[in-house]
Amino acid sequence: MAQYQNIFTQVQLRGPAEMGPDLPKGSFPRIGNPGFAWLLGKIGNAQIGPIYLGGLGTASLLCGIIAFEIIGLNMFASVGWDPVQFVRQLFWLSLEPPGPEWGFRAMVPLNEGGWFIITGFFFSASVLLWWARTYLRARELGMGTHVSWAFLSAIWLMAVLGFIRPMMMGSWAEAVPYGIFPHLDWTAAFSIRYGNLFYNPFHCLSIVFLYGSTLLFAMHGATILAVGRYGGEREIEQITDRGTASERAALFWRWTMGFNATMESIHRWAWWFAVLTTLSGGIGILLTGTVVDNWYLWAMQHGYAPSYPTTGVVDPATLPGATP
Amino acid sequence: MIGYIKKATIAGSIAVLSLALGGCEIGPKQSDQLGYRGTGMNQVNNPRLKIPAAVIPAKPYDLPADLGPLSSVSYKNVQVLGNVRTEEFNLLMAQMNQWIAPPEQGCNYCHNPENMASDEKYTKVVARRMLQMTQQINSRWSNHVKQTGVTCYTCHRGNAVPANIWAVKPGSINPSTITGNKFGQNAPDIDVSYASLPNNAFSTYFQGKSQIRVASDSRLPSPNHVVSTKDAEKTYGLMMHMSTGLGVNCTFCHNTDSFRSWPNSRPQRVTAYYGIRMVRDVNEGYINGLASVMPAHRKGPLGDPYKVNCLTCHQGQNKPLGGVSMISMAPSLKGPVGPPAGMEPAPAAAAPAEDGAAAAPAVAAAAVSGAPASTGPKKSTPAH
Repeated sequence: MAQYQNIFTQVQLRGPAEMGPDLPKGSFPRIGNPGFAWLLGKIGNAQIGPIYLGGLGTASLLCGIIAFEIIGLNMFASVGWDPVQFVRQLFWLSLEPPGPEWGFRAMVPLNEGGWFIITGFFFSASVLLWWARTYLRARELGMGTHVSWAFLSAIWLMAVLGFIRPMMMGSWAEAVPYGIFPHLDWTAAFSIRYGNLFYNPFHCLSIVFLYGSTLLFAMHGATILAVGRYGGEREIEQITDRGTASERAALFWRWTMGFNATMESIHRWAWWFAVLTTLSGGIGILLTGTVVDNWYLWAMQHGYAPSYPTTGVVDPATLPGATP
Repeated sequence: MIGYIKKATIAGSIAVLSLALGGCEIGPKQSDQLGYRGTGMNQVNNPRLKIPAAVIPAKPYDLPADLGPLSSVSYKNVQVLGNVRTEEFNLLMAQMNQWIAPPEQGCNYCHNPENMASDEKYTKVVARRMLQMTQQINSRWSNHVKQTGVTCYTCHRGNAVPANIWAVKPGSINPSTITGNKFGQNAPDIDVSYASLPNNAFSTYFQGKSQIRVASDSRLPSPNHVVSTKDAEKTYGLMMHMSTGLGVNCTFCHNTDSFRSWPNSRPQRVTAYYGIRMVRDVNEGYINGLASVMPAHRKGPLGDPYKVNCLTCHQGQNKPLGGVSMISMAPSLKGPVGPPAGMEPAPAAAAPAEDGAAAAPAVAAAAVSGAPASTGPKKSTPAH
C-alpha cells in the first residue's frame, strides 16, 4: 500500500500506453508516439502523449506563436538586433502600447504601437481559440465544462487589462506593455496614478480569493495526501461511496475547527475561489479610471481608509505665489 | 542514476539560490521609524554601505585684518563680486582653485595669466555664471538649501566638472523606427535605479514646468485631470532618481497610503518640492544659456550643456556633504537676500534669465568675477 508520506509521487504505471477511444470520423489524428518518462512520473503521469491538437489547437498555437514572435522581434529590434544585448537586457525589453496621443484608434503606425495592437489581436485570438478547445475537448469526453469556464474568468481579466478598459478610457496607452519588468513597473505606476489600488474593494476581494485559493489548495492537498493510506486519493468515488479515508478527513477538520467540507464541496470551494480571483480582479481594473479616479480619496469618503494624524505639511503649490 | 539526480539537484539548488540572493546585502540593517506607527514609514540603512563623512577642504589661508578696497576698485572686469572686499575676493578665488580647478592648471584653467581680466577662456565665463547661480541658490532657494547653503564644493568636490551630471538623451527622438529605439525606457539605466521605467525624466521634469503629480485630487474621473498611466511611469522614474540620489526610501517623504496626500507626508517632501524647482531654475536659468559658450565636449549628444539633478549635490546623502555647511568659509556666495524663489508674491518666480548675460534678477547687488582662479580641464565625464 502506498504511503504518500513523501515529497514526490511514488506510484508509476507501466504497461501498454493508453491511447484513448477512437476519434470520430473526419477528426484530426492524435499525434505523437506515447512513451514513459520516469522523472515526469514523479510529478504526474509518466505516460507522455499522444496529444490531440485538432483545428482549434493548431489555430490557437499559430496565433500564439505569431504574437510571441512579434513581441520577441520588437524586443530584438529595440536593441539594434544585437543578440548579446537581447539576452542581457531581455527582462527590461518590452513591446509598448501606443502613446496617449493615438487614443483608441485601430490604425496606429506599426512602430508607434501598431505592433502592439496586432499582437493583442493574435494573443486574444490564441487564448479564445484555446478556450473553445478546452470546452470542446471536455464535451467530447463527456465531461462537464468547468475547466473552460474557469479559464474564461482568467481571460476576462486579460481582456479587461489589454482591451476593454483601454477602450472605455479611449486610450491604448492604458494597456499593459508586453515585457517582464515593464509590466511590473506598469502595475506599480497604475496604482500610483489611480490613488493606490489597495483601496479598490474589488482588488481587496481579488486578493482574498487569491490567497484563499492557496490556503484551500494547501488544506485540500494536505488532507488528501494524509488519508492516502486509506485510498483517499480516489476522491470522486468517495463523494458517493464514502470510505474510511473520507470519514477520517472529515472528522479531522470537524474536530479541528468545527466545520468540514465534503469530498464534493471542497472542489466547489476551490473552483469558486480561483474563478472569483480573476473575476473580481477584472471588475476592479475596469472600474479604475472609468468610474473612480483616486481610490484613496474614494475610500476616505466611504470611511474605510484609515486616517492618520496630520503631519501639518501643506501642499506648497497652494501657498500664495507658488510657481508650478 | 538516483545519485546523479541528487547531485544535480543539490548543485542546481545552490546555483539558483546564489543567483536569487546575489543582489542581497548580507547582514543586519538599521531601521528607523519615520512616520506614524503602522504606516511602514521606515528608513532602512545598511550601516556597511554608509557614505563616509565628507572631507571638507581647509580654508586656504586666513583673511588678513585689512580686507582692502572693493574688488571692483582693485581689478578690472569684475561683474558679479564687485562689492566684495579685495581680500575676500582673493580668498574666494583661491577656494575656487582648491575646489574646482585641476591642480596642474590652477588659475590658468579660467584665466589668461597675461591678462586676468580677460574673458577669452570659456571657463571664466562659465565660472562667473556659476557664481551667480550659487548666489541665487543661497539667496532665493533657502526653502531648499535652508541656512546650510551651498558652495562650489557642494557639487564640484575637487572636480572641474561635477561627477554627476546629465544631458538630454538621444533615444526617443526618432519615433519612426523601432530598430535600436527603446523610446526612452526599458533599459537598465542607473538614472531610474535600473528599473525599466522611462529614463528621460530629467529632460521632462528638471527643466520646463511639466506636471509631476499624476494622482487625481478628486475621487471621480474628471476632464480636468486626464493623465495617462504612462505619465505615472515617467514620474515614477523621476522618483527613483530622487531616491537613489538622496539614499532614501519612498517613505522618507511619503506615506504610501497616498503618495499624493500632503497632510500625510513628511516635511522633507516640501523641501524636495522646492528642490525640484530649484534644479529647474538652475538648469534653465543658468546652465542651458551657456550652450553658446560651452565647447562641444562639455555638451551632451544633442548639444545641450550638462546639467544638474539631485545626485549632483546630494551624491547619495539626503543632506549633501552630510549636512556640513561650508557657506561661512565663503560668505560672498550668499548673495543678496530676497524673498525665497518659488513663493514670490507677484511676478513669476522661476523664470530667471536665459543666459549668462541676462541673468539673475536677484543678483543685482553682488557680483563677482574674475580674478585669479583657476584651473584645468578635467575630462568631462559625460553623463552615464
